[in-house]
Amino acid sequence: MPNAAVIALIPLLPLAGFLLLGIFKNTFRNSSGIIGTILLLASAFIAIYVAYGYFFDYGKVNGVYQKLIPFQHVWLVFSKGVSIDMGIMLDPISVIMIVVVTFVSLMVHIYSLGYMKGEKRFSTYYAFLGLFTFSMLGLVLSSNIFQIYIFWEGVGVSSFLLIGFHYDRPSAVAACKKAFIVTRFADLGFLIGILILSYSAGTLDFNTLIQRLTTPGSPELQNAVASSFLGISAVAWGVVLVFIGGAGKSAMFPLHIWLPDAMEGPTPVSALIHAATMVVAGVFLVARLFPVFAITVPGGLNIVAWVGVISALLAAVIACTQTDIKRVLAYSTMSQIGFMMFGLGVATYGGEGSLGYTASMFHLFTHAMFKALLFLGAGSVIHYIHSNEMKDMGGLRKHLPITHITFLIACLAIAGIPPFAGFFSKEEILLAAYENNPAVYWIALFTSGLTAFYMFRLYFRIFWNGPSLAASPSPSKGGGAHHGESFIMMLPLIILAIGAAAAGFIPFGKFVSSDGTPLETKFHLQFSILPVALGLAGILLAIWLYKKQSTRAGKIAASLGKLYKTAYHKFYIDEIYLFITKKVLFNLVGRPAAWFDKNVVDGMVNLTGNTTAAISERIKKLQSGKIQQYAIYFLVAVIGLALIFIYVF
Amino acid sequence: MESRVRGGPQSTRRNAKYKMNLLYIIGLPILTAIAVLASKTRSQIRWISFIGSLAQLTLALVLVIVFRNEREAGNTSQMLFEQTTKLFPSLSISFHFGVDGISVAMILLTAFVVVAGVLVSWNVEKMTKEFYFLLILLGLGAYGFFISLDLFILFFFLEVAVIPKYLLIGIWGSGKKEYSANKLALMLMTGSALVLIAMLGIYFAQGNVRSFDLMHIAQLHIAPELQRILFPLFFVGFGVFTAIFPLHTWVPDGHSSAPTAGSMFLAGISMKLGGYGCLRVATWLLPEAAKEYSNIVIVLASIAILYGAFATMMQKDLKYINAYSSISHCGFVLLGIGMLTTTAMTGAVMQMVSHGLMTALFFAVIGMIYDRTHTRMVADMGGLMKVMPFICTALFIVGLCSLGLPGFSGFIAEMTVFMGSWEKAGLFYRVATIIACMSIVVTAVYILRAVGQTAMGPIKESYNNLSDAKWNEKLAAGILILGIVAIGVYPSWLNDLIRPGAELIFQRIAG
Repeated sequence: MPNAAVIALIPLLPLAGFLLLGIFKNTFRNSSGIIGTILLLASAFIAIYVAYGYFFDYGKVNGVYQKLIPFQHVWLVFSKGVSIDMGIMLDPISVIMIVVVTFVSLMVHIYSLGYMKGEKRFSTYYAFLGLFTFSMLGLVLSSNIFQIYIFWEGVGVSSFLLIGFHYDRPSAVAACKKAFIVTRFADLGFLIGILILSYSAGTLDFNTLIQRLTTPGSPELQNAVASSFLGISAVAWGVVLVFIGGAGKSAMFPLHIWLPDAMEGPTPVSALIHAATMVVAGVFLVARLFPVFAITVPGGLNIVAWVGVISALLAAVIACTQTDIKRVLAYSTMSQIGFMMFGLGVATYGGEGSLGYTASMFHLFTHAMFKALLFLGAGSVIHYIHSNEMKDMGGLRKHLPITHITFLIACLAIAGIPPFAGFFSKEEILLAAYENNPAVYWIALFTSGLTAFYMFRLYFRIFWNGPSLAASPSPSKGGGAHHGESFIMMLPLIILAIGAAAAGFIPFGKFVSSDGTPLETKFHLQFSILPVALGLAGILLAIWLYKKQSTRAGKIAASLGKLYKTAYHKFYIDEIYLFITKKVLFNLVGRPAAWFDKNVVDGMVNLTGNTTAAISERIKKLQSGKIQQYAIYFLVAVIGLALIFIYVF
Repeated sequence: MESRVRGGPQSTRRNAKYKMNLLYIIGLPILTAIAVLASKTRSQIRWISFIGSLAQLTLALVLVIVFRNEREAGNTSQMLFEQTTKLFPSLSISFHFGVDGISVAMILLTAFVVVAGVLVSWNVEKMTKEFYFLLILLGLGAYGFFISLDLFILFFFLEVAVIPKYLLIGIWGSGKKEYSANKLALMLMTGSALVLIAMLGIYFAQGNVRSFDLMHIAQLHIAPELQRILFPLFFVGFGVFTAIFPLHTWVPDGHSSAPTAGSMFLAGISMKLGGYGCLRVATWLLPEAAKEYSNIVIVLASIAILYGAFATMMQKDLKYINAYSSISHCGFVLLGIGMLTTTAMTGAVMQMVSHGLMTALFFAVIGMIYDRTHTRMVADMGGLMKVMPFICTALFIVGLCSLGLPGFSGFIAEMTVFMGSWEKAGLFYRVATIIACMSIVVTAVYILRAVGQTAMGPIKESYNNLSDAKWNEKLAAGILILGIVAIGVYPSWLNDLIRPGAELIFQRIAG
């Protein structure tokens, strides 16, 4: 095993980039992109080196992948045995994640050299990218549940900063606030979940916690199961609340509303954060606590499965109606993460039944490739057109040939067409669902057909469909220069396209499984026929509707009437939230609280003050300075006292 | 008398390996104040104050180091560096000074805020000498308060810290300053009066040998009936300082009328006097009553936390936003104290330090913005990031600290309170903790609203020519940010400092 310091360099190099570029932003300016990229290149190299070593050298003991902790530092002690430790944990999922995160981040760093060129806050942009990469790597390497929460918040704030990068646009400001607050709301669940789990297990350390809460007969588990609230055991509350945190970050229904708006951020940022890495943190979190879910709280996994599949379907339906290409991609991300979620939800711990776990991680891996590719491709299109709207596009295949080919590969991958990467991972997820939860399977199957349809709708509307651009050779709207396909932006596309095409052939089960024992994944040809056929049908429908300009799509939309409109308005979920926050929280809680404070609480204080003042106003007349008055008071008092004395004694 | 048995002050000092004369802690501000009075020009006054406050900060840091060394050398007595000088032997009032980790942490906080406060007041033109004199005096009151182990002296310093505030608001304030100054002074004086009554109560309940000495009283067994009467007096009396619900209404008015440094001192230091008093005097001296009343404290604290946060959401003035959020944040202090576990009380002290630094920074930044835009209304701001990147970055940092983002002190303090509160099993405590946790969402809402509206969005035409922070402002913000980050990134030094002190209080309560 390499020195812990070497492994620690993986997250620390991007952190160094953040500090360096953040503090000396005016010194570096144009070279900051190169600096950030070089640091990340080094980080990615070490990550791959560590991953190679882990999977082929020191990771396996007696055929089982171990959870290694090369480094752990006690950071903050709460009480005996309960402390936040900053550590590094290497296990199959964290090792896979560091490779994915550094790789995609590197691609985005390189791509941004071209995409963000000429940006005034170029250094700041790279500093924020570094901060995000650091936080994300810290998150996946966490050995302590509180450590993961710390980095969890860290990725949240980097996401906030990057969505709001163009801070002078009101829409970007609104979007970054929304993203932060919605995920914060979910994090509340995560936090309370941590409190419950740590109290039950008497530790915050992942390994100890999982061990104590999954060993039948351990005193902690007995206590945790015995103490219940509303008939649900403490440990079940704990994991479900933690899952709420995960669902928020992974944009699962009904906490997904921030993700489409998050597309206000620069497109490479969307590729990195809101497609390939941060949004899968929720999936990672469930995978990290998977033994607790699977062994102690199987009901919790059911929730995961249903939340996942509902999100997948809902997002796919909405994606069919959206016209902003980044929003289509955002909904497709949500849908694909739904696949990963229910993949976990239909798995069991260890053995054949754990296929869903492996498949989910596999899909996470392949999705990172093709979804980053889709976003970067979309970025290239937006860079060229200066618009996100489909109506401004069409016929771009001649203008952007490399983008076109790579985008097509990514679309085929996400649609699950063999032999592209998405096919393999999605087949495994569907197979796992088929074997464990048929209802989920049928919904997922339908969704996978929809996926192919809306992705090719997107593809045809950008690259085919009409000559709207062919006529105008210089389409830049804002008067900017004509941007073709620069090498620096195409390089990441090509590399990712190779990944999206070939990553499916990795025998993933050999490396990643729920209990560390390699899992033999079989390939079932007869099982694949139905999903692939549905995928092809979706593509054919998209060709029929969108390859050439026609009125067919409009007619169909019109015939669907209300249903189409509801989907177009994203099932009015945003409006529901707006109602709750604006009408209920602001007007029925906030406003009365402020009013009550000003008028009742403070009113009492003022009343006391005014009363005292009024009384003293009266009393002060006694001291008028007139001798005659004093004489009268004196006389009255003497007579009064005399009378009292006479009568009392 | 019993205090002698438990290794009284003399014996501790003889064994001490590292020494520190606590008189320096109050001597330095006195010297600074005299030098300020003696100096002639404005620049002399400013520089003397600055150098004096810097010396105080250095001294506070030295104190932290010496304290740590002494603890590591194996000195386990509760108070270190104790010293006693008799003042009125007939009444057994004496200058009894001594510190534990909690007081050291508070002294450090005070020193940070004083430096920053002096720096942001660089351009005060009206009665500069008096202004700086009062600032230093306020600091002096706080230092004295935190090192006093004699109730009478402690009370004396508490009053020293109150009176300058009245003048600072009344003379250099803005808006309805007379009203605010009166309100603040009267409410705090009421609090002080309650403390005074309770103090005399403790004194006269002692029979023949009477003492104001905290260490002595802590050895006595005070009858539970008497504790039941005294605890509310102490707790509410000190609670007024730390904005206990419903006696918090001096906070918004006081802060909004005070000059920038006044607000910083008010929220950063003087609200902490109350929290410290609740812990050191009320809870420590009257453990049985503390246990009995803990549920009421917890209820009041939970109300303050969530209600304060919701009330903040509706505020339109930046200073009001920070003032109301202070009510919410100080609720965590009271919650931690009310929970009575070591971790929760440690968290409470951490929250005092954290909130002190953070709120001082927030007020400093608001002051900087106000000096330029001449408004504090959130709705009138917008896009200031473009013209004042430094100030807005500081605003972002303080906002993120306030909403409990990891890496900054607020997170550490809040999480310690949460973890400590969760140690108490029972539905009541659970509900209170969850209510407190909910504030992290509401806080995010109002902070992002305020920060987003101020720093982000399109900039107004009239703001295009505004300038960024000057050196003194940068230094002030930098020092406070340093403190916030030092706790946020490496919290264990503060935890190690505070925890043993909280542990002893806990043991006394547990019996």
